[in-house]
Amino acid sequence: MAGSPSLDALEQTANRLRIDILEMINVAGSGHPGGSLSAIDLITAIYGLVLKHDPKNPEDPDRDRFILSKGHGVPALYAVMAEHGYFDRALLPTLRKLGSPLQGHPVRGMLPGIEACTGSLGQGLSIAVGVAIGARMDKKAFRAFCVMGDGEIQEGQVWEAAMSAGKLKLDNVIGILDFNKAQIDGLVEDVMPIEPVEAKWQSFGWKTRRINGHDFAQIAEALTWATTPEGAPKMIVADTIKGKGVSFMESAVLSWHGSAPTRAQCDQAVLEIRAKLAGHDLPVSLSGKNAGAKS
Amino acid sequence: MSETISIKPKATRQAFGESLARLGGEYPNIVVLDADLSKSTKSELFAKKYPERFVELGIAEQNMLGVAAGLSLAGKNAFCCSFACFLAGRFETIKISVAYPNSNVKMIGTHAGVGIGPDGYSQMGLEDLALLRTLPGMQVFQPADEIECIQIMEYLATLVGPAYLRLTRQELTPMHTAAYRFVPGKLDVVAEGKDVAIFATGGPTMHAVRAREILKGAGIDAAVVNVPSIKPFDDAGVQAWSKRVPLIVTVEDHNILGGMGGAVAEALAGASGDRARLLRHGIPDVFGESGEPEDLYTKFKLDAEGITSVVREALGR
Repeated sequence: MAGSPSLDALEQTANRLRIDILEMINVAGSGHPGGSLSAIDLITAIYGLVLKHDPKNPEDPDRDRFILSKGHGVPALYAVMAEHGYFDRALLPTLRKLGSPLQGHPVRGMLPGIEACTGSLGQGLSIAVGVAIGARMDKKAFRAFCVMGDGEIQEGQVWEAAMSAGKLKLDNVIGILDFNKAQIDGLVEDVMPIEPVEAKWQSFGWKTRRINGHDFAQIAEALTWATTPEGAPKMIVADTIKGKGVSFMESAVLSWHGSAPTRAQCDQAVLEIRAKLAGHDLPVSLSGKNAGAKS
Repeated sequence: MSETISIKPKATRQAFGESLARLGGEYPNIVVLDADLSKSTKSELFAKKYPERFVELGIAEQNMLGVAAGLSLAGKNAFCCSFACFLAGRFETIKISVAYPNSNVKMIGTHAGVGIGPDGYSQMGLEDLALLRTLPGMQVFQPADEIECIQIMEYLATLVGPAYLRLTRQELTPMHTAAYRFVPGKLDVVAEGKDVAIFATGGPTMHAVRAREILKGAGIDAAVVNVPSIKPFDDAGVQAWSKRVPLIVTVEDHNILGGMGGAVAEALAGASGDRARLLRHGIPDVFGESGEPEDLYTKFKLDAEGITSVVREALGR
């Protein structure tokens, strides 16, 4: 794509947005940091490299549709959307607050650019399939991207959707699995194992590729592959780390699914991330104007 | 009372299928989905005419609902069809994928109520009205004959937003003329009366019309009010009727909890001063069962004789 940012710049952007995610959830006092941090590199890359979208015209009929089926990871999406100018960054600290368009899970109709209501897991891929069928009917080039969680694909509807995309050979559907290995009640492999995950998707008629979901070279290469039509839907299985970028979250993945960091924890996390960002632009602090609001 | 016109009895699912196939020519943004029941829901009539705008999604109703929401996101007016029970059974998907984002999705639930007959309770939608009418923005309709079904379909062809249409497997005797005009959110007064008002919807409505004749023979002057619009609901119309008659009897092939009778009860609860007593008649919070449709309508007192007896008992006459 012409004018694409360099992969290094994208990686730095994703790291800056990690700070936004942590600050947002800290200010909100609740939310899902682990799964937001595992998905932020993927979402940053999708919006930065392949998604055809125009923040100034969010209902462009020819846009690609991005659906965050794992709706609890929405702080990552809000951070990326603010970065692209869908709304003012000043809204970020309103996450989960009464009256905010930044609902705890994404709501179409409250925030331009949000394509679906998700958060009740397992529903997003069906919507992506419908978008793709609509594009095909109208001979349009737009595509549907759907980011799912690993625990999420325990939902039966996902496999109904997978079967239908396979039947219809929808090569304008791109699935991305944020395989961060943990869910609320424990490790995915203990709660309800999903492996061999690539074989499952392949048996439903999908082409698959497995990558390190935090390696921007691999993400970029996989997105190029996924957006090259080859007569079948494609699934990128991205191995990720829950809480990626924050050492105390990475080392305790089961503790950071749905708990907000305290002010002190947030400060420590931000320090870690800023160390990696040395020499790069730093984000405006979200906590400044909300200092003392919640910690 | 409307003059009965000389068209034959027809199942509203059949009227729907014919109407959809006709509307498909007029509205290119209409697309149709089915889940392995297109022969029964009659969506096959559209499928044969517009195969490029029909998608067979197999026995996977929740995916069909989500796909419909996705088609809405791609600019379509997506009609998805199955038995009433199999759609309402996917309530969570309807709630989040269809209703919440105000998707342009029309859900067509056929084979409503005990009227499906021998297949038994597992195939009977008896809770669908109660479920669907709790969703903000969802519109819910149920025609009493072919003409009304056609007019509701014309409304749904241009409505942008979610709606549910409840249809019968069994044939319904015409009760409207071509001059009839369906109005969303309004009651349809079929016949005036002063002793009791029978509010009926869907399959049993034609029986309510005949019950009126039987009641007349017993000296009871019954009004018959058809209720095609379950949501939006004509609260003011119901409240006005509650001032004009001493008794309202609601009649529906649906659980008496939460359906049309429930909507009437809620409207009456908001009426101040003297008002009519309400008797909600329908499937009395029990499961359905197998049997011929006529036998089931007799058992549940949804045929003309049954409705007559329910009204007479309530009036004590």
